[in-house]
Amino acid sequence: MSAAQEALPAVRSSREATVKRFAFTDAVFHALTRAAAILVLVLLGGVAVSLFAGSWQALSTFGFSFLTSESWNPVTEKFGALAPIYGTIVTSAIAIVIAVPIGIGIAIFLTELCPRPLRRPIGMAVELLAGIPSIIYGIWGLFVFAPFLQTTVQPFVIGIFHGVPGLNSLFAGPPYGIGLLTSSLILAIMVLPFITSITKDVFDTVPAVLKESAYGIGCTTWEVTRHVVIPYTRIGIMGGVMLGLGRALGETMAVTFVIGNAHRISVSLFAPATTISATIANEFTEAVGDLYTSSLVALGLILFVITFLILAIARYMLMRIDARTGA
Amino acid sequence: MMTLCVVAAGIGLAWLALILGALLYKGLAGLSLSVFTGMTPPPGEAGGLLNAIFGSVVMTVIAVIVGTPIGVLAGTYMAEYGRFSKLTTVVRFINDILLSAPSIVIGLFVYELMVRPMGHFSALAGAVALAILVIPVVVRTTEDMLNLVPNALREAGTAIGAPRWVVIKSVAYRAALSGIVTGILLAIARISGETAPLLFTALNNQFWSSNLNAPMASLPVTIFQFALSPYEEWQQLAWTGALVITLTVLALSIVARSLTGRRENG
Repeated sequence: MSAAQEALPAVRSSREATVKRFAFTDAVFHALTRAAAILVLVLLGGVAVSLFAGSWQALSTFGFSFLTSESWNPVTEKFGALAPIYGTIVTSAIAIVIAVPIGIGIAIFLTELCPRPLRRPIGMAVELLAGIPSIIYGIWGLFVFAPFLQTTVQPFVIGIFHGVPGLNSLFAGPPYGIGLLTSSLILAIMVLPFITSITKDVFDTVPAVLKESAYGIGCTTWEVTRHVVIPYTRIGIMGGVMLGLGRALGETMAVTFVIGNAHRISVSLFAPATTISATIANEFTEAVGDLYTSSLVALGLILFVITFLILAIARYMLMRIDARTGA
Repeated sequence: MMTLCVVAAGIGLAWLALILGALLYKGLAGLSLSVFTGMTPPPGEAGGLLNAIFGSVVMTVIAVIVGTPIGVLAGTYMAEYGRFSKLTTVVRFINDILLSAPSIVIGLFVYELMVRPMGHFSALAGAVALAILVIPVVVRTTEDMLNLVPNALREAGTAIGAPRWVVIKSVAYRAALSGIVTGILLAIARISGETAPLLFTALNNQFWSSNLNAPMASLPVTIFQFALSPYEEWQQLAWTGALVITLTVLALSIVARSLTGRRENG
């Protein structure tokens, strides 16, 4: 027997050991990454469970009336979530109504009209708007925007609609500057970049052939956009709008500055009001007593459930458009 | 109709200019060296934001140190080991929801998780709340960037006998490095302006504190408190702090974007 043949078993066994070691490390790394992925699920589950546990006291004390009662009285410890829920939904709805047309308009401008060298800078500017922290919008809203509305826009609007039935209660004074409408406008500015960037992304998924064939039969840019691009991307746009709505519902700091934190439901859009997140931000550290704290956590639970549903729908819609383009 | 779209774009850009203009105008007026060297003052006295800036930096650093490995590992699972598994689809869906979940809800969660059992507010709780905001951003970008790495690279690694984890570590991570760094930068940009999750986790502190187990000041919470105060010096400091945060965030996002931008061109 040659020396090489004698050495063979040793080589083989050391190779086996190496392979075994590699397999072991690989299994460890695999398990580690898997655990991290599962941790993401645990986080969301943990949020749901802890909010539910924290709000149990309030929910069991007030029952269903927590959702339908407007009273919010820390002294008598009677808490109802109707006013913050109303404020949250109304401000977000108005914000979306304002931001959607402007957002889609900017997206159309960026994909169809804008001169090519300007596309990237303008798109980037809009996305930078998304990166500005919400507290900046809040401080700007409180010190610049609200006084402007108070001294110029609101007295003017109140004057115009003074004698119009219906509208005069919607725009009833006095002009505080802060209130429902101011919050809605700030929220509209904040969700605008989200809606624009998603709409722009889904517009880019439209096959060039579709657009070119429409241009080929003599359509104008607007007709192509209206009858080809928008119908093709409808689900994606809806997804973007829902995503913006989710943001608006949960937005805290900007609203806290300009909403006025008044626990009542008034018809006038100029009246101070409150939202779920603003109530929590304003009152949580000052809440005395377990029931008060628990009621605030219950508000958080309501917000969590609402945004979870909205965001889940949004993601589902965006996933459908991803599946279609095979991305 | 198309004119209206141009008008819409004009409105969007004008708004951005308006906000940044006001911020520069009001913020620059109070910008001086003492902002970065003095402590937050009592009402009516001059001072700076040093302890708040320090607190923000400390909590951001801890949040990134805690959140990044978890996020990168989870993203690795989704793009490498479990690319086609059911778990990945579920995690992606949940992660996307976590990505846009209201940050104040995360604050409540950490309050229930840490502040209530410990019995007091602490910087550590604030850092954990921020880490929970870091994770989804990093997961998302890591997965996206690893998915962009061509499979041929991985196959070449496997062909020379490297096991999977070596391929991931030495090939996939290296190819996707700038993308993953971008994700981390975007995460820092996101949390450096977050106020809501810190309000009832780290609370606030008027004085210098480096104790992680005690309440700590942070720039956003200090701005919130000062802006809503009736004192002019405090309001001025709030504007200056707002300018500092905005410039930091804008710088981070621009650097992050230029990192990936170079990738696309190159």
